[in-house]
Amino acid sequence: MKHASDLSRRRLLFGGAALGAGALLTACTSNEPDEPSGGGAQTVAAGSNANAAPGEKVTIGFSAPAADHGWIAAITKNAKAQADTYSDVEFKTVEAGADAAAQRSALQTLIAQKPSIIVLLPHDGKELNAFGLEAMKAGIPVVNLDRAFPDPLAYRLQIKGDNYGMGVSAAHYIIDQMKAKNVANPVIGEIAGMDELELTQERSKGFADTLAQAGFKVQNRRAARFTADTGRAEAAGLLQALPKMDALWNHDDDQGIGVLAAITQANRSEFIMVGGAGSKAAIDAIQADNSVLKATVTYSPSMASSAISLARLIAQNKGMSDLVELQVPKEIILASETITKENASNYVKLGF
Amino acid sequence: MTAQTAPAPVKDPEPERPAEKRSWWRDDATEPMRRNLGLVGVLIALIVVGIITKPELYSDGTWVRNNIFNILELASVIGVVTVGMTFVIIGGGIDLSVGAIIALAGVWSTTLATQDYGAGGMIFCAIAVGIGVGVVNGILISYGRLVAFIATLAMLVAARGLAAQLSDKQTQVSTSDFINGIAANDFLGVPVLVYVLAAVVAAGWVLLNRTTFGRRTVAVGGNVEAARLAGINVKRHTLLLYALSGLCCGIAAIMLTSQATSAQAAMANLYELDAIAAAIIGGTLLSGGRGTIIGSLLGVLVFSTITNLFAINNLSTEAQNMVKGGIIVAAVLVQQVQFKSLSQFLAKNNKITTS
Repeated sequence: MKHASDLSRRRLLFGGAALGAGALLTACTSNEPDEPSGGGAQTVAAGSNANAAPGEKVTIGFSAPAADHGWIAAITKNAKAQADTYSDVEFKTVEAGADAAAQRSALQTLIAQKPSIIVLLPHDGKELNAFGLEAMKAGIPVVNLDRAFPDPLAYRLQIKGDNYGMGVSAAHYIIDQMKAKNVANPVIGEIAGMDELELTQERSKGFADTLAQAGFKVQNRRAARFTADTGRAEAAGLLQALPKMDALWNHDDDQGIGVLAAITQANRSEFIMVGGAGSKAAIDAIQADNSVLKATVTYSPSMASSAISLARLIAQNKGMSDLVELQVPKEIILASETITKENASNYVKLGF
Repeated sequence: MTAQTAPAPVKDPEPERPAEKRSWWRDDATEPMRRNLGLVGVLIALIVVGIITKPELYSDGTWVRNNIFNILELASVIGVVTVGMTFVIIGGGIDLSVGAIIALAGVWSTTLATQDYGAGGMIFCAIAVGIGVGVVNGILISYGRLVAFIATLAMLVAARGLAAQLSDKQTQVSTSDFINGIAANDFLGVPVLVYVLAAVVAAGWVLLNRTTFGRRTVAVGGNVEAARLAGINVKRHTLLLYALSGLCCGIAAIMLTSQATSAQAAMANLYELDAIAAAIIGGTLLSGGRGTIIGSLLGVLVFSTITNLFAINNLSTEAQNMVKGGIIVAAVLVQQVQFKSLSQFLAKNNKITTS
């Protein structure tokens, strides 16, 4: 008898809890920011020059990895938003899938639709080089976004960020600040991104090379995984290893959320921190000037917007109106700029 | 790192017969204590290596205290997950979806709509999502008759997919001061997360060693058929084990969100492997039926001490992972030797054959 009543009470409790959970969870699915500025801003070029005038209809095929990282998400959003600004552009996008092979097969379906031009951010430039060659051979120009193809025949235009330059810019800012503070032998820390990626190695090399010119070096370097939780964990270890620090460079603003959390949790504020990429949260924090984050060096996903703009011009056989050349150049490397409190307002619109 | 690194100690030809004069928990309470000695030794060795390699850091008393708490905090989230995982493995299963559940629970509780409900809503949401996904795992495995490996592997993929969808692939920043304050605050000089770990470990220990639920878990993992014949509702019990693992993931999600002040679909990556490895080196048999919460905690502490050791000595993550692999093998080998000598000791003194 007792057993039975126990069971019914248990069932009642379980049922109640399940219903309550279901009701709350159903209500908790919206992820729309209250204000338009709350989420990642989309970067589009308004286009006030002659090139912006509607021209020949073109179809731009687009593919980027469906990664769960804010930067990649911003790349896809920016590309779409830029394409939407042109009445003469039809935008066809395919999900890239989980790896290079999946992206390759997705791109094959795109080729079958005969786009005027393809813009792609490859999983890995080396792995998709053959696809670039094939598409170019088939008469479809390819715009490589960010992850370079080794073979120049595999692309019509390559537009990418400057990973080495990010390290250089971050180091220059730190060197200037140390000189201003008269710190002769600073303790410098570095939280890198995924170490197995070439881009991370380039960033670290640019940083170390530039620091070396001033006679500085990195005392402790930890590699995180571009996520806030790994950034926090690595930063916690680094802060323990360096009880006193003068400067810290964190490669990525998304993982920087975790790095800043670790710094707050450790009650540390004796050093300056430089970020990487230029997220909106980082730009806001630099403007607010209430944390150790004093600057960030850009690696903007706005390059996706530029890539779509330029792809349209290539497909329409036009050049860039500010250049004397009649055609769009073959390669464009964005400069890595340094965002500080002084110039942050100029960069807010590029924050993702 | 999982199955191949866990050569199961020679298992009893038949489940240990509860000796007439000894209650079940006395055997379990004394055996693991001896088996865990090896792990305590490894832990001490690691700490000694830390002191030798970085004596200048350890010369400051405050630093030692802070670093100990740092190691414990590092162990806190994975420790909570490992408690749930230990129950699942002792019960004869495996849960590969724990990292994905943490990501889903973390992301769901930090979506902008959920944050409108405040810290209470976020905590409830994370725990409800954790338990909910655990229950789905449990239903698939016990009533759907799916192999645990496959069911939780499928959940791993699906939960991360849903987390990416919900978060719009963006890092979800927590705006709740209460949630963010959990990791940032101390109570009586001890970080709050360390209390959470201690509470979960204590609850797990009581549940495993002092309740019918714990006895049934060991019985189900040891011999499903015997457990069923003994009147245990094996299906329901298996479901509860996965729900318990999900609950731990929900708690861990709040802890991790608090630490990183944000959640992301890629968070808690490969936590399943860390949790399984910690449980295994802590003495839990991958085939089920044997394991301890304290052993698992020691396993987690060994990992977090290695991570800390590498961080303070500025050694790369790659080297760290190689050493981690070596430690797993070494710890299991040490346990096997200890287990063997213990078995011989028991056989000699109690006439119980356990080899």
